[in-house]
Amino acid sequence: MSAPSLETTAAAPAPEAAAGPSPAAVAAVRSLHSRARRRLLTATLCLAAALALAMGVRVLLGHYTVTIPDFFAILGGETIPGASFIVMQEKLPRAVAGALAGAAFGAAGALFRRTLRNPLASPDIIGVTQGAAVAAVTVLAFGGVRGTGMAAAALIGGLVAIAIVLGFSMAGRSSAGAGSGGLAGALGGATFIVAGIAVASLCQAILSGAMLALSQHDLQAAAVWTAGSLNAVTWERIILLALIMIVLVPFAGLLHARLAPADLGGELAHGVGSRPGRTGLWSLVVGALLAAAATAATGPLAFVALLSTPLARGLTGGRPSLPAAALCGAVIVVIADFAAAEAFGGVRLPTGVLTGAAGAPLMLWLLIRSGRKA
Amino acid sequence: MTAEPAIRLRGATLAYGPHTVVGPERPVDLDVPAGQTTAIIGANGCGKSTLLKGLTRQLPLVSGSLEVLGRDVEGWNPRSYARTVALLPQSPVVPEGMTVEQLVDRGRHPHRGWFGARTAQDTAAIAQALELADLVGLAGRDVAELSGGQRQRAWLALVLAQQTPVVLLDEPTSYLDLSHQVELLDLVRDLPDPRSAGAGERPRATVVAVLHELNLAARSADHIIAMARGQVVAEGTPEEVLTPANLAGIYGLDADVVKDPLLGHPVVLPRTAANRAAAEKLGTGTAQLP
Repeated sequence: MSAPSLETTAAAPAPEAAAGPSPAAVAAVRSLHSRARRRLLTATLCLAAALALAMGVRVLLGHYTVTIPDFFAILGGETIPGASFIVMQEKLPRAVAGALAGAAFGAAGALFRRTLRNPLASPDIIGVTQGAAVAAVTVLAFGGVRGTGMAAAALIGGLVAIAIVLGFSMAGRSSAGAGSGGLAGALGGATFIVAGIAVASLCQAILSGAMLALSQHDLQAAAVWTAGSLNAVTWERIILLALIMIVLVPFAGLLHARLAPADLGGELAHGVGSRPGRTGLWSLVVGALLAAAATAATGPLAFVALLSTPLARGLTGGRPSLPAAALCGAVIVVIADFAAAEAFGGVRLPTGVLTGAAGAPLMLWLLIRSGRKA
Repeated sequence: MTAEPAIRLRGATLAYGPHTVVGPERPVDLDVPAGQTTAIIGANGCGKSTLLKGLTRQLPLVSGSLEVLGRDVEGWNPRSYARTVALLPQSPVVPEGMTVEQLVDRGRHPHRGWFGARTAQDTAAIAQALELADLVGLAGRDVAELSGGQRQRAWLALVLAQQTPVVLLDEPTSYLDLSHQVELLDLVRDLPDPRSAGAGERPRATVVAVLHELNLAARSADHIIAMARGQVVAEGTPEEVLTPANLAGIYGLDADVVKDPLLGHPVVLPRTAANRAAAEKLGTGTAQLP
């Protein structure tokens, strides 16, 4: 190890440095690295265990409890009157849909967070989930489109929303004439968040208007599109979401890893040879598709994408991890759905109301923290 | 030391939109000597930082050519370029929840593949960078918790872990007190060229630093490039560049220049008209200065 800082000034050109690092320094770096990796692995495994536990609770417990042997018998194809229907058409689909949608929201949140370098830049804050919901409701209300068509509309809606936000924030950059203009500059800018919040509000207004055009029967399901709810999930929707996720989640993980230098800020990222512009654009597209696909299945479950990333970072010791964020999102939604259905006596709240109630204080906390740092 | 310059700029102009910042009167030609420390000085807004942005390829040249280590940068792959030229920006973003060791690890990015795991070479480079920056004891600390001076050293360690033969520093001493400024500049001045392995007399890396503090520049730099209004107005050794006539041209500053009694580099002593008048009254004019 070198001498205390102040004494190294003029005289010694540190000859030992030329011979390579000291064993002590190498050992220190090794142990820090393996400690960080262990922490990440432990956090991820704990989250996976928590998800399995939460799903088990969701399926087996509540007003209607199912024993474990019965549950496996039902999965095995046996029909137990009453229990079979409740497990296969109500409890299990909700648990699976909650886990999948939560994971999709969590992964989308992690991608947006890293690309846009802002804790508030989450697809549910900057209009992606709202855009997806507007598109889904619109085709339902005016075209009577359901199922796959509605999911496709939601994906397009999410992409259009992010394209509009991106367009506005890039236009804002180039007129300002700052040096770091273009895509890479726009991705790190606060303009992006502001434009996103504007688009989200606009979508919310259109959504309220479109609801008026829904028929009486569809109005029943309206809660899905305003707050987000697992009441309307079907196996068909679950399979569609699962298929989309099988394609997109590995891609999302790859993009998330590729964007690691972006954490250093635009200039330093450029200095280490990263050009986050194109990768960043891809990551916004993939993140928007994931969030929109989840929205198509469960509606815009408020704040799940926003909550997952800081929670996951807290658990991993600050290290950004897309799998951890996705697992966090899944755990949040499954628990929130169980609580919404079971914790308030006879009242069954839409799941999104609960995630929203939990997320609002967290968002305020993030706002205050980011304000203090600036 | 080779005669071949590390960086060769020919007929270069750099612009933000329609506004030409570097080379507004005539295109800039510039040679940065290899294996030496070069300081770029000049008044605020003279184009120093813009010139550095051109050298890092953050800002494309509007005209002219840029060669680094004898190779034209046109079409040079970004990661490969980042193994040759490193940049310490003026005020980097403080990353959230990242330890010093993790921050320095990011300097290895250009040396890795797509999903590159850490190699023994990476570990050695990180350890050596931490050691050079005197940060081994702080390696496990959160970057956001460090003091300004420690943080600056952490970013410097990231740049060192990049192990490039050319290092660019944009006002690296801005947030440091005087003793840390001296310490940091002495450290970068003595950086070895990573291309030369083994013991013995190692060639130094090529270091280019934008500096505001003239006396520090004179102390640390082998070569000084002075800019004014987007043009290079003087270049050479500190003795050649830091003359009263040049300082008047670069900064519009009236100054006396004396020799450091110990190290021999020029020291700039700024004067105002009031200083001159007071000195005149006492009968101690500039004539008495060495």
